[in-house]
Amino acid sequence: MYSRAYKTLISIPPLLWVCLFLLLPYALMFAHSFWLVRDGFLVHQWNLHNYRALFNNPLYFQVFLRTARIAASVTLCSLLLGYPLAYYLSFHAGPRKELLYQLVIVPLWVSYLVRGYAWKTILGSDGVLNGFLQYLHITHEPVSFFLYSPFAVVLMLTHIYTPFVFLPIYASLEHIPRPLLEASQDLGADRRATFLRIILPLSLPGLLAGATFAFVLSLGDFLAPLLVGGPSATMIASIVQSLFGAAYDWPLGAAISVCILLITVSLLFTTERLEKRWAFK
Amino acid sequence: MSAGGAISPEYASSGSALLEVRCVAKSFGVSQVLKNISLQIAAGEFLTLLGESGSGKTTLLRLIAGFEQPTSGEIWMSKERLDTLPPYKRRVNTVFQNYALFPHLNVRDNVAYGLRVKTTPKAEIAGRVEEALRMVKMSSFAGARPATLSGGQQQRIALARALINRPQLLLLDEPLSALDANLRKQMQSELKALQREIGIAFLFVTHDQDEAMALSDRIALLRNGALEQVASPREIYSRPATAYTAEFIGQTNLLRGEINDGVVRCSALQWKTSQAEGAALFSLRPEAIHLAAASLRLQDAVHFRGTIRQQIYGGASELLEIDCGGNQIVRARIPATGPLTGQYEFIFSAVDAIPVTESPSVHGPRTTDHEPR
Repeated sequence: MYSRAYKTLISIPPLLWVCLFLLLPYALMFAHSFWLVRDGFLVHQWNLHNYRALFNNPLYFQVFLRTARIAASVTLCSLLLGYPLAYYLSFHAGPRKELLYQLVIVPLWVSYLVRGYAWKTILGSDGVLNGFLQYLHITHEPVSFFLYSPFAVVLMLTHIYTPFVFLPIYASLEHIPRPLLEASQDLGADRRATFLRIILPLSLPGLLAGATFAFVLSLGDFLAPLLVGGPSATMIASIVQSLFGAAYDWPLGAAISVCILLITVSLLFTTERLEKRWAFK
Repeated sequence: MSAGGAISPEYASSGSALLEVRCVAKSFGVSQVLKNISLQIAAGEFLTLLGESGSGKTTLLRLIAGFEQPTSGEIWMSKERLDTLPPYKRRVNTVFQNYALFPHLNVRDNVAYGLRVKTTPKAEIAGRVEEALRMVKMSSFAGARPATLSGGQQQRIALARALINRPQLLLLDEPLSALDANLRKQMQSELKALQREIGIAFLFVTHDQDEAMALSDRIALLRNGALEQVASPREIYSRPATAYTAEFIGQTNLLRGEINDGVVRCSALQWKTSQAEGAALFSLRPEAIHLAAASLRLQDAVHFRGTIRQQIYGGASELLEIDCGGNQIVRARIPATGPLTGQYEFIFSAVDAIPVTESPSVHGPRTTDHEPR
């Protein structure tokens, strides 16, 4: 057994880390959201000005709604891609399972930025996709809405987050004891009924975890709108970024961040409770 | 089946059996797991597939349930081809080795599962679930999750979940192997009583010969994917067809000898016989050998003298290892007497020395048809 002093000693570095790089920044952000900027200078004067501005200006709410819509689309698309993929790998891939699993994981090793620029290259006016369509004479001039649209953002984020959705679903499918499926068939359930009554309910915790990943990560994304989104696909995090950057209004940016943080935390809290309720030993 | 005693094999194969396995073989890749199995199960019969691990007994069960396809051969059930149907269309239900209860459903929903997927009216489901739970004495656990139940309780739920569908044949894959010894004995007698009460045919897989003897109407002994012998427990014990059967079910002395001029000679032992001349093999159960006594009269008695090599006390009886000279050791089980040393005279009846073969004859195993109780 380790002594009390030893335990205290080894827990100091991680505690320090968490305090310095997590709790302190959050506290600073929280404090900033109640300060304000006057004549280009930060004034440490406690007030609710930022939150009032946030709720009085419908622009912020509209952007937030768009962000939520994009995040929901990304979640839905990655579920529609990730679940069947996980299902196929877990139940029907046979000996190719390991190889296919690695192929799904490989994109996670490629930098986010590289993948973003790849989509820019593919979707742009003189990009690969337009070139291909014109070569086939399907279109005669470049299609412009591929790039710089909410569509492009959803496409790119779906591409990036599908592996994140795939992984927890795959894990939960792999954990289903196979005799349960035989028992279901034995009791008269065909493939469809077995899926709906056994496989789907038992994979719900994984599905929920994957959906939460995709939604929360998309909600806070600012690189995708920056790279492929354009003005029509501005997301809430892009606004925060510009407020902390060029606009130099840290207090308002902090207020938005606090709101997003609250939404995200309550979302995580809810899904974690649901996951626990749906988890079966 | 007719109630008038044993029926002829020809009649049985004409379709009166509930389930008929016809020349079924199964291979996984290059390994042949089942070789040319033919077997019939009568309605209401308790048939046990007995064998060591790897003998193919579970594979045969899975072929009947529909989880595997036979490589060749056919399976028929009540004049209907069974092996071409998917598992969910077969009127057969299975009790799985580790029960395979659905962890996300409570006991009631587990039991109701088979009825729900067949869209049985709600009112009927409730009644039948209650009845099934009462049958296995688990009514008070209807709302419990499987994970909160003990092994024996899960076993009962698995049984109720299968029986509620009123199958014609229930398949049980080593259902008692996960239970401890006492519970196992109790479940054995309950299982047997339940089977008598509902009159459904049971096909029971086990590697435990005592369990097979205690429960079955007939035992089908499998060895390396082939049927060694199919017979009632009494017959398979008292008249084993092969040396393997004799040794697998109970203990035995295998006596190897020669028959010349109507006399069997197995080293120190010899007795008269009407069997054909030549090499012969006999199974003599230890309990057929007695300490000679003036009061003991046996038919065709064979006497021999032997030295006690070892005496193993076993409560009501004891096992003697007897050296009868010429390097021949036989084992005898006699009523507990007290310590024995030195030489004694022993006696057994030549009738109890059962001629056995090394392996089943080329015409297939010795099979006895089911006799109605």
